[in-house]
Amino acid sequence: MRWWRRYSECRKSLGSAMADSRNLYQEVILDHNRKPRNWGVLADATHKSEGLNPLCGDHIYLSLKLAGSNIEAVRFEGESCAICKASASMMTTLVKGKSQQDAEQMVNEFRDMATGKLDTSKEPHHLGRLTVFAGVRDLPTRVKCAILPWHTLHAALHSLTTTSTEADADPLQTPVIGT
Amino acid sequence: MNAPSEKVAFDVARIRQDFPILDLKVNGKPLVFLDNAASSQMPARVMDRWVRYQSSQHANIHRAVHYLSETATAEYEAARRKLQAFINAREEREVIFTSGTTESINLVAHGWGRKFLKAGDEIILTTLEHHSNIVPWQMVAEVTGAKIRVAPIFDNGELDLAAYEKLFNSRTQIACFTQVSNALGTINPVKEMVAIARKHGVVTLVDGAQAAPHLKVNVQALDCDFYAFSGHKLCGPTGIGVLYGKAALLEAMNPFKGGGDMILSVTFEKTTYAPIPAKFEAGTPPIAAAITLGAAVDYLSEIGMARIAAHETNLLDYATAEVSRLPGLRVIGTAEKKAAVLSFAIQGVHPHDVGTLLNEDGVAIRTGHHCAQPVMQRFKVPATCRASFAFYNTLAEVDALVASIQRVQKVFG
Repeated sequence: MRWWRRYSECRKSLGSAMADSRNLYQEVILDHNRKPRNWGVLADATHKSEGLNPLCGDHIYLSLKLAGSNIEAVRFEGESCAICKASASMMTTLVKGKSQQDAEQMVNEFRDMATGKLDTSKEPHHLGRLTVFAGVRDLPTRVKCAILPWHTLHAALHSLTTTSTEADADPLQTPVIGT
Repeated sequence: MNAPSEKVAFDVARIRQDFPILDLKVNGKPLVFLDNAASSQMPARVMDRWVRYQSSQHANIHRAVHYLSETATAEYEAARRKLQAFINAREEREVIFTSGTTESINLVAHGWGRKFLKAGDEIILTTLEHHSNIVPWQMVAEVTGAKIRVAPIFDNGELDLAAYEKLFNSRTQIACFTQVSNALGTINPVKEMVAIARKHGVVTLVDGAQAAPHLKVNVQALDCDFYAFSGHKLCGPTGIGVLYGKAALLEAMNPFKGGGDMILSVTFEKTTYAPIPAKFEAGTPPIAAAITLGAAVDYLSEIGMARIAAHETNLLDYATAEVSRLPGLRVIGTAEKKAAVLSFAIQGVHPHDVGTLLNEDGVAIRTGHHCAQPVMQRFKVPATCRASFAFYNTLAEVDALVASIQRVQKVFG
C-alpha cells in the first residue's frame, strides 16, 4: 500500500456543509434577493451609514428615520450578493417599528447565530424568520456577507458613517456592542 | 515499431491516476477541481520525493561535513539545476530559490529597485498585473520617489502594445509585466515587450506565476532580465518559488535579507556577501520544498509542456464555446491568445453566490477579484467567477461545470 493511501479513510466524507448551504438558498432568501423590500434612500433620514466589504464587493447604503428611539422608517440600496441583499431586505422589514434597543438586540443575536454562538433551534431569540440564515455558519467565507447589513444598522444607530465586516472588522473577532 | 511519443494521444485518465486528490468526493459529488490558477494539485510521485528526503536525506545544507548534510546539499543544488533546465537559464547560479513569486518580485523591487531607482525615475507596469507585481513597486516608489506608469489594455483583455511602447522615455528604468494574466488568461507578447524595453535600455521583470505551469519557459529566448514564478502552481509544494535573474544584474543588486548562508565573512565592522545565488538565500532555505519542486518539474517535463499546453487549449476552447451558449453569461477576457483561464459573470447573480452553489456540486472555482483589482475596475465588475484548467482536467469536467452553472441560473431564475 502506498503511504498516502493511509489517508483514504479521512478522504471519504468531505463537505459536510452541503445540507446547510442547500438550505441557505431557500425560496425566502431568493425572493428577497429578487424583490428587495424597502429599497431606496429615505429623503428625511435622521441616520445613515454605508457598509462596504471591499474584498468581496458587497456594498450597501442604509438610511433610517428615528422618532425618539423608535425606528419609524428604514431603507437600503446597493450592490451585493444574494445572501447580503436578502439579509438586508429581511432586516428592514423586521426592524421597522422597533425600538433602538430591540434592534440592537437583534443585531447581536443575528451575529451570534451566523457565527455559531447562538443555536436558534435550542435557545430563545428574537430573530423570527431570520433563522433561514442559520446555515451560513457552515460557510465561513459567507458569514461576513450575511452580517454586513446588521453591522451597518448598528453603525447607523451610532451615527458612524461607514462600516465593514472584513479585515479589522471581522464579525468573528469584533463584538458589535461596545464599539 | 513504436510511435514517436509526440504522436501518443494525451491519456488524461492515466495522468489522473497520478493525483490522489482527484478521486475525492466533495458534497457527495466527484471533485471537479477548476481552481488551478490559484494552486495546482500534486502527483503522488512528487509527494513521495518529499517523504524520501525527510526519511533518508535531511540535514541542514551548506554547513556540516557529515553525510546527511552533504547529501541534502547535493540534492538541493541538483534541484536548482532542474529548475535551470526547466526555464533554460544559462547558468545555475542565476536561479534563486525564494518562497514564491511574491517574494521573487519583492527581492527585485528591494534588492534592485532601492539601489538603482532615483526620484523621478519611472517604472512601467500593466493593467493586467496581479497585486504582487504592483504593491512591491508602490513600496519602492514611495521610498525612492520613482513614479509608476501603467500600460492599458483593450476591451478584450489584450495589452495595448503601442500604448505600452509610448510609455518609455529617458526616465524609464524598469518594466514589469505578467506573461499570463491570472484574472483573464491573456497571454502577453512578452518577447516583443522585452525587445521594446531593451531598445530603450530598460531592465525587464516578467511575472511568470501563471505562465510557467502552462507554457514552455525559455528565459534566454525571452531575453528578460528577471523571471519570477511559484512552485505550488507547478504541482509542487507551497513555500517555494524561483527568481531567475541575469548573473550581472544579480551580482549588482543588494541582498534583500541578511543572515547566515548569504555571507563570506562577518565582523561587527564589515560583512562581505557571498556570491550569487547564496547572497539571496539567507538562513536555512526550504530545502525539502526545493527538492520536491525539482521532482515536480521532472514530472511536468516527462509529460511535456507542449502536450500540456495543447490539452489545456482544448479544454479552454471547449469550455469557452459551451459557456458562451448560455444566456446571460458574459466571458470576461476574450484575447486571441489565452492560457487555461475562463473568467465570467452571470447576469443577476453575484460571483460569490455562484461559487457557493457550484461547491454544492463538487465544482471548485475561484470567485472574487483574484488579487487583480485594477483588472476588475477596468471591466467595471467587483468580482468574477474564474474556472482555471490544468492538464489533468477533462472535457467531462467542463460539462459538469456547465451543468452546475445552469443549475445556478435555474435557482436564481
